[in-house]
Amino acid sequence: MTLKTKEYKLRIPSQTDNLELIRYFVGRVAEKVGFDDEDVGKIELACDEACTNVIKHAYSDRSQHQSLDIAIKLDYQKLTLIVTDHGKGFDPQAIKIPDMKEYLAELKVGGLGIYLMKTLMDEVTYDIKPGLRNQVSMVKYFINKKDSMVVNNSKKA
Amino acid sequence: MENFKIQRSDQDRISTLSISGFLDAHTAPKLEEAIQSLIDDGRYQIIVNFSDLTYISSAGLGVFMGFIEEIRNKSGDIKMCRMSPKIYRVFDLLGFPTIYQIFDREEEAAARFGPVKA
Repeated sequence: MTLKTKEYKLRIPSQTDNLELIRYFVGRVAEKVGFDDEDVGKIELACDEACTNVIKHAYSDRSQHQSLDIAIKLDYQKLTLIVTDHGKGFDPQAIKIPDMKEYLAELKVGGLGIYLMKTLMDEVTYDIKPGLRNQVSMVKYFINKKDSMVVNNSKKA
Repeated sequence: MENFKIQRSDQDRISTLSISGFLDAHTAPKLEEAIQSLIDDGRYQIIVNFSDLTYISSAGLGVFMGFIEEIRNKSGDIKMCRMSPKIYRVFDLLGFPTIYQIFDREEEAAARFGPVKA
């Protein structure tokens, strides 16, 4: 199978009751392109965490129902998941990835989502344009970089 | 759509919450209510049975973090059991097995509740 760049998109109201549908969408695309169950689960969870952050923070004023855009881009080597919102932005430099040892010792609440996104995906980047749009992009490679240098398209379904 | 369910059963001083379905930011408040009502009833020895839970996100994990200190301060605990490998992986990624006891079977979790400490 030769994969050219393909794109799948979902625009959906930014509400927690849509998280299930968002996971379903992302999960089925990831499955279709050959990720195994474990990776599909990781991609679903990372997307859920990114969307939950938007729903809870970007649109926290709840003055109106806002929408959330989820795009999945595929090329021959990776899946890129892009979550875009038009809510209030934030300073990506200010994001603190919790030190889990410290975190657990203090039994803190919150901040776990960001840690999970970083852990579950191969790359996570933010692109914040205040007042215009905020974007988080997360990449998962088809072949784990540490496993092999040989590109093999006959992946297990 | 009933995507998350909680069943509570009280036996002697132990209360078990059997949870099923998806535990995410949408359904986490239900679990929060269930644990809060146990605390309101003075029941601090809690087992959470995960056997029918198919999904958990940090919003669900955060619920346990939000209550554990209060419950342990009352000499209680939240013990967990019957997690699928998929759910356990999420707990494990965050290092949660170091702060929560997780058992294969519910009876094992129940057996670990010793006499109430002073």
